[in-house]
Amino acid sequence: MKEIRIHGRGGQGSVTAAELLAIAAFEDGRHSQAFPAFGVERRGAPVMAFVRLSDRTIRLRSQVYNPDYVIVQDATLIEAVDVASGLKPDGMILVNTEHSSEDLALETEATVRTIDATRIALDIIGKPIMNTVMLGAFAGASGEVKAESIKHAVRDRFPGPVGEKNADAVQHAYDRMVKS
Amino acid sequence: MTGKLKSGRMVVEGSYAVAHAAAMCRPDVISAYPITPQTHIVEDLSQFVADGAIDSKYINVESEFSALSALVGSSAAGARTYSATTSQGLALMHEVLFNAAGMRLPIVMTIVNRSMSAPINIWNDHQDSVAERDTGWIQLYIEDAQELVDTTVQAYLIGEDPDVSLPVMVCMDGFILSHVFEPVELLDQEKVDEFLPQFSPVRALDPENPESFGMFVDPEYYMDFRYLVEQAMDASRQKIADAARKFESAFGRYYGGLIDTYHTDGAEIILVAMGSLVGTLRDVVDDLREKGVSVGLLKIRAFRPFPIDEILKVVARAKVVVVLDKNISLGTGEGAVTTEIKAGLYDSGSDIRVPVMGFVVGLGGRDIPVGTVQRIVAKAKTVAESGVSGRSEFVDLKHLRV
Repeated sequence: MKEIRIHGRGGQGSVTAAELLAIAAFEDGRHSQAFPAFGVERRGAPVMAFVRLSDRTIRLRSQVYNPDYVIVQDATLIEAVDVASGLKPDGMILVNTEHSSEDLALETEATVRTIDATRIALDIIGKPIMNTVMLGAFAGASGEVKAESIKHAVRDRFPGPVGEKNADAVQHAYDRMVKS
Repeated sequence: MTGKLKSGRMVVEGSYAVAHAAAMCRPDVISAYPITPQTHIVEDLSQFVADGAIDSKYINVESEFSALSALVGSSAAGARTYSATTSQGLALMHEVLFNAAGMRLPIVMTIVNRSMSAPINIWNDHQDSVAERDTGWIQLYIEDAQELVDTTVQAYLIGEDPDVSLPVMVCMDGFILSHVFEPVELLDQEKVDEFLPQFSPVRALDPENPESFGMFVDPEYYMDFRYLVEQAMDASRQKIADAARKFESAFGRYYGGLIDTYHTDGAEIILVAMGSLVGTLRDVVDDLREKGVSVGLLKIRAFRPFPIDEILKVVARAKVVVVLDKNISLGTGEGAVTTEIKAGLYDSGSDIRVPVMGFVVGLGGRDIPVGTVQRIVAKAKTVAESGVSGRSEFVDLKHLRV
């Protein structure tokens, strides 16, 4: 079983990202579970969401404490939240930032990957909503889920031009992570 | 937009899965109050009605008291009825809960389990529904989204059985199940229609043939009416088990009847729990058994009626019974499940002498990690050896020392 923790701020679509990831992984033929770190949701406040992926039925209902992957939607959270907490040494943390992994100086043995998802979102979607971009990047960096499945889930959730733009952004982010 | 609701296997929110299942049961009347915190269940159902996807009459009312009162009237008139509520909303229904059961109305209501104020807290535990255990409602506690879907359908079959004719609460853990996205088989309308016959009430209000429900009775009759409700509760035991088996034949899924067991044969330590915690415990049991610990799991699916005979059979040869209660009966120092198992053991007339350890866990949404359960089992091992258990304890207190 693989466990993923998503950090974001209220309004950045972290919970939606978790749901879309669970839907996409299910389309790939895996079992999945997505749930928010049940808080009182406020715009701008730090939020968390969790995803579990497995080849077997997922029965565990606790929060995720030792994730295989961490996705950070907003790099300013690094100063407020211990985003690498419990991350497995052989895991990966993916951060939305214009800076390099070295510049972040995260205290973790895990692999650190970065992507300027906000820039990609602004360029392709036209809004600084980067949750789907981060999913594309996650698919590319982790290989845990197919880009095609993420795009399908995104188009299904946001029908029409919005979904198409998001799907393009997913592919762009995916390609960038696979190549770099 | 008029359209059929999608069926089949897909990833959906637990609340949506319940709303879909309730819709497939073709309730004539749905009534709910949009209290905070409500859930997406009644929101989704109102959307289904607005979209013309289901034919139910949706009554939006001014309080939870009214929501259940509207269903009492509807059900007495012969309608199949549904509502969902949670925590303070359920508490506000308290008086009406007794009426629904006493009038023998098979209303089905999903309880999204949350803590009770004060302090204000919207997170999960079982205090809200456990506190209503004496109201005459059947209470079923659910482990995952699929069981929730399937049990919602079973609930109508159980409650509407003429030998039972009682309301049913299907209890699901707030947030943990109400807000989870996971794969669920959403039921097909035709298959549900085949499984669940139309509601034909034992008695119904009829202007042509006037009758009264819930009338004034003096001491000459009242106690006998209460006895009849207890008899109906008792009759529901077999019906709950039958409904689960009948569902299995039709849909191929089974979750236990009154209880379910997991690796309990020959187990020295038996964990007991209700609701979604059971899923976590299954993982812990697998893990500990691999390490040679003789541990099994007993899931209480029906808390009302309380399945003491079934429980006693399972724990008869165990060395220790470990009860994890997501509720606290204040003033007893322990949760209700612990108390009732202890009482059943003493009352059984048998020679079962197994120590019972009670643990109050997960109140107000405090997470129950695997490590917490492992520590509990470690304590249980020492009791299995000594044969002597102590008082119940609160687990994982953070700011106070026990």
